[in-house]
Amino acid sequence: MKGAGRFRHLSASWRLWAETFQALSRSPGAVIGGLLFVAIIAVSLGFPLLYPRDPLAQELLSRLIPPFWQEGGSLAYPLGTDNLGRDVLVRILYGSRVSLLVGFSAVLVASVAGIALGLISGYYGGRVDHFIMRLADVFMAYPFMLLTISVIAVLGNSIFNLILVLGLSDWVTYARTIRGSVLSIKKKEFVMAARSVGTPHRVILLRHVFPNVLSPILVLGTVRVANIIIWESGLSFLGMGVPPPMPTWGRMLAEGRVYIADAWWLVTLPGLAIMLTILSINLLGDGLRDALDPRLRNIPG
Amino acid sequence: MAELLAVRHLVKHFPLRQGFWGRQGAAVRAVDDISFNIAENETLGLVGESGCGKSTAGFSILRLIEPTSGEVWFEGENLPALSPERLRTHRRKMQIVFQDPFGSLNPRMTVERIVEEPLLNYEDLASGQRKQRVAEALETVGLLPEYMTRFPHEFSGGQRQRICVARALVLQPRLVIGDEPVSALDVSVRAQVLNLMVRLQRQLKLSYLFISHDLSVIRYVSHRVGVMYLGRLVEMADVKTIYDQPAHPYTRALLSAVPLPDPRRRRRRIVLQGDVPSPIHPPPGCHFHPRCPEAMAICREEPPRMRRLAAGHRVCCHLYNDHEEWIVQPPASRTEIRLQPQDKGESV
Repeated sequence: MKGAGRFRHLSASWRLWAETFQALSRSPGAVIGGLLFVAIIAVSLGFPLLYPRDPLAQELLSRLIPPFWQEGGSLAYPLGTDNLGRDVLVRILYGSRVSLLVGFSAVLVASVAGIALGLISGYYGGRVDHFIMRLADVFMAYPFMLLTISVIAVLGNSIFNLILVLGLSDWVTYARTIRGSVLSIKKKEFVMAARSVGTPHRVILLRHVFPNVLSPILVLGTVRVANIIIWESGLSFLGMGVPPPMPTWGRMLAEGRVYIADAWWLVTLPGLAIMLTILSINLLGDGLRDALDPRLRNIPG
Repeated sequence: MAELLAVRHLVKHFPLRQGFWGRQGAAVRAVDDISFNIAENETLGLVGESGCGKSTAGFSILRLIEPTSGEVWFEGENLPALSPERLRTHRRKMQIVFQDPFGSLNPRMTVERIVEEPLLNYEDLASGQRKQRVAEALETVGLLPEYMTRFPHEFSGGQRQRICVARALVLQPRLVIGDEPVSALDVSVRAQVLNLMVRLQRQLKLSYLFISHDLSVIRYVSHRVGVMYLGRLVEMADVKTIYDQPAHPYTRALLSAVPLPDPRRRRRRIVLQGDVPSPIHPPPGCHFHPRCPEAMAICREEPPRMRRLAAGHRVCCHLYNDHEEWIVQPPASRTEIRLQPQDKGESV
């Protein structure tokens, strides 16, 4: 009898979570990524308390001031100012809110749509499967940027539209992943066993299939958050993202591009923010993939 | 003994898609017209080499895969003809234990949730009563009720197979199909699980369809034995007759391949030539003739029919042509088989 470990006193479902967390804490990448990610979230939520500045306030007399460690910089503007004299640090901090909000909401929209369609497609098969998968092919064949740009152009650019479009154009990845996992899970004997004890298909799908295809989706979700943040930056760069006064990382890159020769910090620092965020999410996702499988966990050692 | 299950002319073909345009024509003839009965409280062993269709036969009986044609009479109903709703009410009386104790338990569910699932589907119980039933089922198979909160990966193979048996028994079925239930287990654990199944049969008046490739396991648990080759039943008799007086050349060859526990003893081995032919293009006539040491001209042309050699001993071979008594009517002139309805009120 293999022991149930030190979480024996917890109820079954909590034990599963506790063990996942424990497994996660053993992987150095996941710990670094997780801590960094928690820090980014905390800062993006809490920065107004520590650094209360207006990201839109312009000081035309102090334009293009470099960061404080460079000659001419001052601690009044720790990361310098842009071409209109706006504080770069507070704009990056505000930008983190937009990026994280868009990233997570779009992934939520995409994964809900993709999971539902993927489960149905994989489990029921036949014509339903054909229809959903050919629809997915159409989405894959259509250039994503073109789709987003045309939809934004028609609907107007608001943060809500952006989330919707990014989310709905990304469902294919989830649906395909889920469908593949469902195809392998539904051949498992425990699914057949559930049928033989009279469980209806609908219940089998939710009780037996869904929990067993969830872990690749959690991992995929973290990777896609990173992708969506990049797309949002790209769209903002093209002027198709979040509407103008609101600072986002992508727009900061776009606006700073003109001054790249004289003011490197306008482009480099938001770029660094994007990189760090994505790195932390990817590290966390990688760790999650290994931690989420209860069968991989109880290897003695 | 009253018949519990009667299978008549059961056929399962898996159609093959050929080429891009999906022309259908060829099919894997996994089960090719088999018929047998199982009496109450009886174990029928189904034996044959891998790929001969014995598991497919088991799944088709339960309609876990849809049979292509044929009749399965259980409690006065022909299962392949039932609507999905009606099938559900009858399925609770027939359960299955699978081969792979690792694959047949959902890794994300606790033992309690696994064993209570059949009860959730069929019985309207308060959660306390349900827990009680789960605990009873676990005790019946020799597991501690404390194990309820554990996950399948915390158990050994034998314990997992016991959990599978508990799940199959919690609804108090009348027929349990064992699809190679001990093939994945160690020899020592295998004996435990077999003894458990034999004991439960006596206690609970169960009937078993016991599918295995292992002749010694079949001999241990079965009352009667059916031997399958390439989708067809070639011989069927009670266990003593099969092992002492095998009639079909294939059965003889199978039995001669069983290792003897005494290294000094020798016996004449019948070594079959060649491989099992493809079930997509089975040989004409008797399926076994290309490998049969006693093949005759007629075997290449005409498929043999089931004939009765003695009471309860049926064989499907041209060697026994002078026994002119049909056991199963050929499909052309087949008469409808009706079983006595049993316990009709209980099953609804």
